[in-house]
Amino acid sequence: MASTYLTKSKSFIIHTLKSKLHYTTRTSHFTNSLFHHRLLHTLSPLPPVPKHANYYSIGKDYVARRSHATTSASSQINQLPVESPSSQILDFPGGKVKFTKNMIFTSNSTEERVNCYRVLDDNGQPFTDDIDLLKINKELALKMYTNMVTLEVMDTVFYESQRQGRISFYATTTGEEAINIASAAALDNNDFVFPQYREPGALLWRGFTLQEFANQLFGNKHEYGKGRQMPVHYGSRKHNYITVASTVATQIPHAVGAAYSLKMEKQDSCVITYFGDGGTSTGDFHAALNFAAVLEVPVIFFCRNNGWAISTPVNEQFRSDGVVVRGKAYGVPSIRIDGNDALAIYNAVCEARKLAINEQTPVLIEALTYRAGHHTTSDDSTRYRSVDEIERWKGDQNPVKRLKKWIESKGWWDNVAESEYRSNIRKQVAQAIQVAEQIEKPPVADMFNDVYDVPPRNLNEQEAFVRKTVKKHREDYPADVPL
Amino acid sequence: MWGILRQKVGDTGLSPQGLGNQMLRLRPATSAVRDYSAATKEMTVRDALNSALDEEMAADPNVYVMGEEVGEYQGAYKITKGLLDKFGPERVVDTPITEAGFAGIGVGSAYHGLRPVIEFMTFNFSMQAIDHVINSAAKSNYMSAGQINVPIVFRGPNGPAAGVGAQHSQCYGAWYGSVPGLKVLVPYSSEDARGLLKAAIRDPDPVVFLENELLYGESFPVSAEALDSSFTLPIGKAKIEREGKDVTITAFSKMVGYALKAAEILEKEGINAEVINLRSIRPLDRATINASVRKTNRLVTVEEGFPQHGIGAEICASVVEDSFGYLDAPVERIAGADVPTPYAANLERMAFPQIEDIVRAVKRACYRSV
Repeated sequence: MASTYLTKSKSFIIHTLKSKLHYTTRTSHFTNSLFHHRLLHTLSPLPPVPKHANYYSIGKDYVARRSHATTSASSQINQLPVESPSSQILDFPGGKVKFTKNMIFTSNSTEERVNCYRVLDDNGQPFTDDIDLLKINKELALKMYTNMVTLEVMDTVFYESQRQGRISFYATTTGEEAINIASAAALDNNDFVFPQYREPGALLWRGFTLQEFANQLFGNKHEYGKGRQMPVHYGSRKHNYITVASTVATQIPHAVGAAYSLKMEKQDSCVITYFGDGGTSTGDFHAALNFAAVLEVPVIFFCRNNGWAISTPVNEQFRSDGVVVRGKAYGVPSIRIDGNDALAIYNAVCEARKLAINEQTPVLIEALTYRAGHHTTSDDSTRYRSVDEIERWKGDQNPVKRLKKWIESKGWWDNVAESEYRSNIRKQVAQAIQVAEQIEKPPVADMFNDVYDVPPRNLNEQEAFVRKTVKKHREDYPADVPL
Repeated sequence: MWGILRQKVGDTGLSPQGLGNQMLRLRPATSAVRDYSAATKEMTVRDALNSALDEEMAADPNVYVMGEEVGEYQGAYKITKGLLDKFGPERVVDTPITEAGFAGIGVGSAYHGLRPVIEFMTFNFSMQAIDHVINSAAKSNYMSAGQINVPIVFRGPNGPAAGVGAQHSQCYGAWYGSVPGLKVLVPYSSEDARGLLKAAIRDPDPVVFLENELLYGESFPVSAEALDSSFTLPIGKAKIEREGKDVTITAFSKMVGYALKAAEILEKEGINAEVINLRSIRPLDRATINASVRKTNRLVTVEEGFPQHGIGAEICASVVEDSFGYLDAPVERIAGADVPTPYAANLERMAFPQIEDIVRAVKRACYRSV
């Protein structure tokens, strides 16, 4: 084998050297390894060895840098038969690398895609015979299900209220209710959430009320954002839910930074951050995953691969096998799961959380799902995708329906409970909208504070000037803006 | 001639201007006493920054430094020298080459309560991260209605060095100075560097701290007070480096040194210039600048950055808004040439203000022939 690989001159050199340097003193480790390395690094014939060459001087610096490898290298040369260089190894920073005589370019795609973890099948029946995997009791299951229904109803009613002109904007989570609720259910309330903008379910799970949601949508004076942001940009410090920002994927490195902070404080919690398939194309995604792996921080990267980034389908977003394979590239443990299966999500996030905290490692979860609604109220997705496709996913793949089938099969739920619950929630949401609509908007003072911790003089002057102007020219300003 | 006449009128002390003169003369005097009392100790700006970082990190375990080459390499410009050995790799974090990444991570950690000091190798590279500086750091407190504050400091060399070409020489004072939610500081001397960096680290708002590479090696006298570990300078207050009554020269960073030298040259020609070291671009100390212009009636602004939409433009607008009646001559604005910085030494020299440019501008403002 080796003879095909080595030229004749090389084998001569090695044999000569081995006889001369084979069982030599420690100082010759360097020379052994020197030649070992030269062999490994070149396929072209070596120059003939000069008789009086000082082997120390040949590539001394080279050897010095590799000195950590000398002992293993020299032992290699003693033990390995020279006939099989293909099993010789390069001890490179990051780990040992085996050599091969075959020039193979890795393919741009694998024949088989990474498998997808699921617990319930399309009919809501356990996909596995191992019923221990279903570690969910009735209380938890019903809490998850009812929250998913609440989210679904809330989305429908708020969306309609935008269509009626009562709020300016809305983004639904239709099709992703399981991701929203089940992932939050697997976390602790102390775990920080860094959302994109399609995850109000995590807030809902943690106790954010329908009224609090409605207040933000109407930008009234009771909302925690003081009317500063567009609708659906929820944020609540007390629920450990970082305020939604419109910038795509900026929350991913933020999450890593927060996780670093947790690690420094040695806290028993983790950070989760959500983003879509589109967000994984950004520079921030790359930097964040890379850093998280290098810094070894407890963060869960949850990708909602819902097939569409506004009108860009995933095959125009990336050509990799989805997002899960990218984790490997960064050295991050990853899993692909069925994003419409609440139980699979719950299990996976539970496990990811344990991994993240116990081993202080980032984890990447790719949840395959479908954005059944439009991107936002500013979008009409039928313009770039077929109605059939949308209907198909709203049918059996619908996460709410699938979980419903399971809890019904367990005897925990039925259609009566269903219609009662839905009409109840519908009433509550409508009520919340009515109340939120009537509440006053934030006062002018809220326009100028929070820019800095303490308002600087120029802002105080500007505010005073605005008040004076409004008082003097009341007719130019809307009557319902409180001062 | 006209300038000298005005000078004499101002000296009577009877007009409100004269009273103002008295007041102004008192203030710089006391600060002069404070700054130069035990002035035998000298310190380079580099050591000033290093000592400030060291002390703040020792005092607050939440403060940490992150950036390229800050740890093992001891800092690209050796500002963070010794910190890795003293505080360990958890608090002095070497990063991969991704400004957007580590700026974003710094902001995220600040959301959670740490106090990061993010180093950009130069602020030219901050453009890779500018979305995080502005959209994630500057605006977060406002957008979250006070729920998320970002006590972060972004620091590094700003503006031209010597022979580093177009992509390493831009001044970002005007870019960051226009963003509400940020504070932008521009130290000149070692005392400025110490006091302002400490204040920046302790500040609950995001601060952009623009240093200057060529100043790092320059030595300045420091008072005993400045050496104390509790020393900070107020953010938003300019300093009158040199008192005068004929013309106001505003400058920041390296240009303060040039303005002072120009003032010495002008003194020999009978023009008494007041030099203001801005220290802070945002908030801009409009009060000090306007009070000075009301005293001298002439203004020359100096900066190394591009002229359009620059710091000088803002100062000029401020003075026109607040003290128009006091101006005896149009405002003279000196800035860098409106070109990407050339490399060749002769061209580079022509692309940035030199001492002679300042002298000539002052003379123009005083209606002297140049």
